[in-house]
Amino acid sequence: MSLALDGQVALVTGASRGIGRAVALELGRLGATVVGTATSDAGAAEIEKALADAGAKGAGMVLNVTAEGACEALIGEVEKRFGAIGILVNNAGITRDNLAMRMKDEEWDAVIDTNLRAVFRLSKLVMRGMMKARNGRIINITSVVASAGNPGQANYAAAKAGVAGMTRALARELGSRNITVNCVAPGFIDTDMTRALPEAARDALLGNIALGRLGRPEEIAAAVAFLASPAAAYVTGTTLHVNGGMYMS
Amino acid sequence: MENIEQRVKKIVAEQLGVNESEIKIESSFVDDLGADSLDTVELVMALEEEFECEIPDEEAEKITTVQQAVDYVNAHLKK
Repeated sequence: MSLALDGQVALVTGASRGIGRAVALELGRLGATVVGTATSDAGAAEIEKALADAGAKGAGMVLNVTAEGACEALIGEVEKRFGAIGILVNNAGITRDNLAMRMKDEEWDAVIDTNLRAVFRLSKLVMRGMMKARNGRIINITSVVASAGNPGQANYAAAKAGVAGMTRALARELGSRNITVNCVAPGFIDTDMTRALPEAARDALLGNIALGRLGRPEEIAAAVAFLASPAAAYVTGTTLHVNGGMYMS
Repeated sequence: MENIEQRVKKIVAEQLGVNESEIKIESSFVDDLGADSLDTVELVMALEEEFECEIPDEEAEKITTVQQAVDYVNAHLKK
């Protein structure tokens, strides 16, 4: 079966760096028209350049996923410029790590707002078009932390596990319209987000990875591309773990 | 020009995959025409498109029969 995405329009949030960037480029390489979002003009310009350099169709756009009005406007603009969105990749995410005893309400709220609430908001906004098309793929980037837990990440783990539960509910709700909803749960991937960890923490984590190395963003992008492709037509409500054997369920 | 009732019935027939002749003005989408909850949401979407309007969620929830749809359109929309 085919992995080709010709004629599809994909929206990837948080696409200027790391996993989101790799996902945007991979979907573009497979033929999709890709809109990648970033929170800054510079980020959006970078996405646009990366897509163009790779010979992919699409654009970079500015979006703060926590702003309802901005999300609605962006979806409208994408549909006007490129057509109905058939693939949504909810990738944008933040961390505000702190021990639970020290975690402030703002740290909790910021992570829940960006990593959980915004995923629902954007999913809801693209549903209408997908229902009409009787076709759609929603792919949420979660984390190994949602299953395995991690000290200092109560907020992040809660948000990501929340997304996984929401994914299963949406998969049931939208299945009759041929819309699949799945998660990809990266393990320890070499990105700016994980580079921010102290070295001792990195070393401890590496010891737990069966494959003995960090993952590459492209290895997550490959899993996302599979779920977006016709080859994954019968996969819904699941979480695809891509973690080098760091966590096995 | 078809009247509102005919246009509504036509959309209901298309959305729910039923024969237009089976649709009566008093038909309930769920109880008589076999719609599930997602079908009713889609039906409202289709009505919004046909009559070029936005039906707020709290109003949409009250539209459960053909009659109610026709009444809503007559009361709120430019024809």
